Amino acid sequence: MPRTQKPTSGRQRRSGRRSPLASVALIAIGLLFTGGAYAMFSTSTATAATDSASAQTVSEGEKLFAANCATCHGLSAEGTGTGPSLIGVGAASVDFQVGTGRMPMQASGPQAIVKPVQFTEEQTAALVAYVASLAPGPAIPDEELLDAQGDAAAGAELFRINCAMCHNVAGAGGALTEGKYAPALEGVSPQHIYEAMVTGPQNMPVFNDMNISPEDKRDIITYLKYVENNPSPGGLALGSLGPVSEGLFLWIFGLGAIVALTVWITAKSN
Amino acid sequence: MKPAETKKSGGFTGAAANYLDERTSISTAVKELGRKIFPDHWSFLLGEVALYSFVIILLSGSFLTFFFQASMAEVHYDGSYVPLKGVEMSVAMASSLDISFDVRGGLLMRQVHHWAALLFVASIGLHMLRIYFTGAFRKPRELNWVIGFVLFILAMAEGFTGYSLPDDLLSGNGLRIIDGMVKGIPVVGTWISFLLFGGEFPGTDIVGRLYSLHILLLPAIIVALIALHLLFVVVHKHTQYPGAGRTNNNVVGYPVLPVYAAKAGGFFFIVFGVVMLLASFFTINPIWNYGPYDPSPVSAGTQPDWYIGFADGALRLIPPGLEWVWLGHTWSFNILIPLVGLGLFIGVVLLYPFLEAWVTGDKREHHILDRPRNAPTRTAIGAAGVTFYAGLWAAASSDIIATHFKLTMEGVIHTLQAVVILGPFIAFYITKRVCLALQKKDREIVLHGYESGRIVRLPGGEYIEVHQPVDEYERWKLVSYADYKPLELTPNAQGKVSPIQRVRAGLSRWFFEDRIAPVGTKELEESHGDHH
Repeated sequence: MPRTQKPTSGRQRRSGRRSPLASVALIAIGLLFTGGAYAMFSTSTATAATDSASAQTVSEGEKLFAANCATCHGLSAEGTGTGPSLIGVGAASVDFQVGTGRMPMQASGPQAIVKPVQFTEEQTAALVAYVASLAPGPAIPDEELLDAQGDAAAGAELFRINCAMCHNVAGAGGALTEGKYAPALEGVSPQHIYEAMVTGPQNMPVFNDMNISPEDKRDIITYLKYVENNPSPGGLALGSLGPVSEGLFLWIFGLGAIVALTVWITAKSN
Repeated sequence: MKPAETKKSGGFTGAAANYLDERTSISTAVKELGRKIFPDHWSFLLGEVALYSFVIILLSGSFLTFFFQASMAEVHYDGSYVPLKGVEMSVAMASSLDISFDVRGGLLMRQVHHWAALLFVASIGLHMLRIYFTGAFRKPRELNWVIGFVLFILAMAEGFTGYSLPDDLLSGNGLRIIDGMVKGIPVVGTWISFLLFGGEFPGTDIVGRLYSLHILLLPAIIVALIALHLLFVVVHKHTQYPGAGRTNNNVVGYPVLPVYAAKAGGFFFIVFGVVMLLASFFTINPIWNYGPYDPSPVSAGTQPDWYIGFADGALRLIPPGLEWVWLGHTWSFNILIPLVGLGLFIGVVLLYPFLEAWVTGDKREHHILDRPRNAPTRTAIGAAGVTFYAGLWAAASSDIIATHFKLTMEGVIHTLQAVVILGPFIAFYITKRVCLALQKKDREIVLHGYESGRIVRLPGGEYIEVHQPVDEYERWKLVSYADYKPLELTPNAQGKVSPIQRVRAGLSRWFFEDRIAPVGTKELEESHGDHH
């Protein structure tokens, strides 16, 4: 395109019949129209497709819900004595709880533990669609918030202030009361991290968008992924648990090696 | 010395040595020290490990002082660690990060310094346990025990001041706890805290002040005390384990020159090598994770370095609700009880040699070490102390224990509370019984020999196991220990028994009433021919 364009504009400038920028503007307008029309067309078809698909997925999700979740959460997700109501928890909550294997819960306990995921992606999507159809709630976050390309330094600071008291500064996890705990964050997908912040699963508080903006959440994810993808500059991190693992390591392996060497040095030669 | 002789024997080395000797009379010292005998046992090298770790700390620490800036002025970090770029922090933190990321070899030196510091205190601890359980603190070495224990305390102070210097989140949290403990002291606490921090915590003075202590005052005192400690070792001569030919009046071992000097010199490099390996492969104190200090955040898993753990554990174990308002002041017994308790514990350890000497009434010099079993009560007291310390120590990591063993935090805390209170008594009882049982076994071996496993049938049909008599060298080890008896109550000049004497006699009875006497010559002779 540019190659054919150049001589044309040169001719026009010589003839002086039209402004030299006119053709550029014309092309820009043309592109805008075709692009816009295409975008409108494609989104409308996409919405139509999801609409027709979602009616089906919602009913599929309802069946899965009745079979797997209703015992505790009630047949219409209204909640029972053993499980909370899911009306209004939103798509993000279901995607987090089911997508990390926490739900369906294996056994009653201080908190739902991570285990192998019980449903396929389609089934999870169906459950998500069903619960989301009950009432509005936090949605699954947009892709661009999950790219881990934000400001790691800002994210690290937010993480230290808002998250580190339970999850540890390096995301290694920590203890809560009565057998509850904040899990380690290594290997958790950006989507699940984001959803956890918006929905506050288990004992975690909700960090809504007024609290920590979506951009800030993106920064936090960026920091966590930075720590995960960049090995500790100092060598093996010993679980990033701080002075306890360092002290234990020193006593067992450091001093252990030293004592073994003292025995070797003072051993009588044969 | 005749010049002709000098020429003949040694060329340049001889001439140089002669030159030095004529001006310093150093040959006397070399002769004296070089012929000094040291006995060989692995446990005698633990103090040496502490000394070498200290040398490593001095070397790596000097390197760090070239680049560290002990200032709390605020700057924006502009080094190479991405997740902290542009973050506001103190100059101390920024320069520590620069040491870690932008100074060649800086991170290695930081890690060498920190690992060596952990090893320093750990080896002192192990060295102290060896001294205690073998009774090496007895006359004439009581003062050296005190010096050594003061060194242990100073090492902890060095460690803590160093831990606080980078001004990262972890060190700030540690200082905050110390600040809280100081403020918990009635009447003077707040004043002391303000004096220490130059105003309200954290202020802008503390890093500079701790730096002066860390690199100037504390190391100077430590070096002086180490010199004194070693001087005493030379003056007292080294102790030795009981064995054939070893008496209270000799030392059996190798001379310093050439054997021990070579061994010890080599051992320094071995210790240095181990520390270098640790520092090369294992991260310690990743300040880049913790970020700059900010009084609001506290990370999960915030602990002091291991040697302060027992104090942190004491604070974690103290039950809640021990705070009262009385006379218009808050009385924080949740802080005072651990402070006083640990103070007492430290005091008892410091003064133990004098307490034991008073209880036993023993005024003799001891250069032969006790086998721990031969002093059952002392060994049991030691075991009780170790259990108490270990309980507090474990409590400092209660949260990590809870997450990693899938326990409840409350369960861990309550269990450790029981360990700290009841554990010492249980440990005392079990250890004492085990010691007595081992002594009984020793007696049995001396009198009847080892079981050989050979079963012989006698003509009458009886089966017996043949016992192998113990050889003389081995027997020496088994029988040569002092037999103590409880002190008897003796009235003083006025014919009265003072209450203190009563206490002393009571303690002495408690110390020695359960004992197994060593096998005497007469007993041994009677048992001869009995080796079936």
